[in-house]
Amino acid sequence: MEFITQIFSYPFAVRAIIAGLLLSVSAALIGVNLVLKRFSMLGDGLSHVSFGAAAVGLACGVAPLQFSIPIVIIAAFLLLRLGRNSKINGDAATAIVSSSALAVGITVATLTTGMNTDISNYMFGSILALGKGEVVVAAVCGGMIIAIYVLFYQKIFAVTFDEDFAAVTGVKAKWYNSINAVLTAVTVVIGMRIMGALLISSIITFPALSSMRICKHYKCTVIVAAVVSVVSFLTGLLLSFAFDIPAGAAVVLTNLAAFLILSLVGKVKQI
Amino acid sequence: MSLITVKNLSAYYESRKVFEDVSFTVDEGDYLCIIGENGSGKTTLMKALLGIDIKHTGTVLYSGFCKKEIGWLPQKNQHQKDFPASVKEVIMSGFAGKGILGAFYSKKIKEQAKQNMRLLGIEGIAEKSFSELSGGQQQKVLLCRALCAAKKVLLLDEPVTSLDEAASEEMYSLIKKLNRDGMAIIMISHDISRAVAEAEHILSLSNNGFFFGTDAEYVEHVKGDI
Ligand SMILES: Nc1ncnc2c1ncn2[C@@H]1O[C@H](COP(=O)(O)OP(=O)(O)O)[C@@H](O)[C@H]1O
Ligand SMILES: [Mg+2]
Repeated sequence: MEFITQIFSYPFAVRAIIAGLLLSVSAALIGVNLVLKRFSMLGDGLSHVSFGAAAVGLACGVAPLQFSIPIVIIAAFLLLRLGRNSKINGDAATAIVSSSALAVGITVATLTTGMNTDISNYMFGSILALGKGEVVVAAVCGGMIIAIYVLFYQKIFAVTFDEDFAAVTGVKAKWYNSINAVLTAVTVVIGMRIMGALLISSIITFPALSSMRICKHYKCTVIVAAVVSVVSFLTGLLLSFAFDIPAGAAVVLTNLAAFLILSLVGKVKQI
Repeated sequence: MSLITVKNLSAYYESRKVFEDVSFTVDEGDYLCIIGENGSGKTTLMKALLGIDIKHTGTVLYSGFCKKEIGWLPQKNQHQKDFPASVKEVIMSGFAGKGILGAFYSKKIKEQAKQNMRLLGIEGIAEKSFSELSGGQQQKVLLCRALCAAKKVLLLDEPVTSLDEAASEEMYSLIKKLNRDGMAIIMISHDISRAVAEAEHILSLSNNGFFFGTDAEYVEHVKGDI
């Protein structure tokens, strides 16, 4: 208990927790849609693009987050479009883009600044090193994503379940797909700072997969995914403080534990 | 005044013409069956009516309702097996086009959904998981979703294909009931004799042109061919 009050006495830790909680919820919301639309790999691809962009940004002396966001948004649009109507298969396109971006990032970083702590912070995340400005950006983006998701909840469900039908009833399906691309991109970039480029995609897909083990309704899936994500984040963060392990890795491991537990619960429920 | 007037409609995929110069009308409360072989362009025609991205020339006019007030039951649902959605959630999505925001649906809309579910006899499965239903029940749910979106006309793309005998009969009778209540029906069907029995008008698509007329005229027309 003392340990927990101690954490809250550090302003940097409180900042990290607030940013992380908002990120956890928005990643879970985005994740439900990506998993259901069979775009799970998008988060992974974008995280590598985000890393590449951040490395280039660092090398050029531009703020890496502000530099990454537009680039990752463009990548998200391209990948979603490629997935839909080109001769290249979406998965293959994502794989190509993701490894190329990673390679560009590593090359640029090695040639300029070297693989220093800044670079490794983007690779593995550094929640405790978040500056005040970054926390504000993360909080605003996270809050915005959650607000959009709630305000347009019914339309987002309709488009996710049956895009053609939704479009026929007058829902601007293409517009919602674009919003989805932008929100995914923003979540990935912010999440990279906190969780690391290598781990961010797992906190997008894990909560959705976990909640789908036990939920048969959409609303239940969304709520349980958000709860799983928040609980895993807090538990992971505590573990990372307690055992001095990287926060990103700890959060992914607690997510894995949650997935295994809910899978078991789902199996038991079926019997 | 007709509900839907189609004049010289031709549709294309890339540069390949699917059908050419099709004209017909649908009146208020009408029951039209579209028949034709696989690949003759029935689904494409329906999509053109719905305003889905189909390259076409010619005109489609609606009167008394607008395009987004058409209820559509798509051909064979390609929904993922494990999509987590309740029957109620699926049905309510028929209303998703209404309004700008949409965190919640109004009481009035919920009441309307309930009424439609009662009409189709599926109020008992509202909380069930959609993906765990039988094929026949799923079609009834999707018919209900279409009904929620519809003001005057339902477009049904092979609603009974892949259903067993009993489920098909139930679908046919529900569709008939909706038609008697005043809903115009445009249904794509594989079963020609059944189409003639159910519908008032027949639109038949084929490689060498199309036929449009009443069911009796269609029977005469086919006789002449033999
Ligand atoms: N998305 C598409 N792209 C290219 N050709 C298509 C597409 N959809 C259908 N077709 C072709 O258009 C023709 C008509 O298809 P369709 O309208 O689905 O026929 P039906 O519903 O009568 O079986 C078919 O030859 C089909 O191969
Ligand atoms: Mg068809």
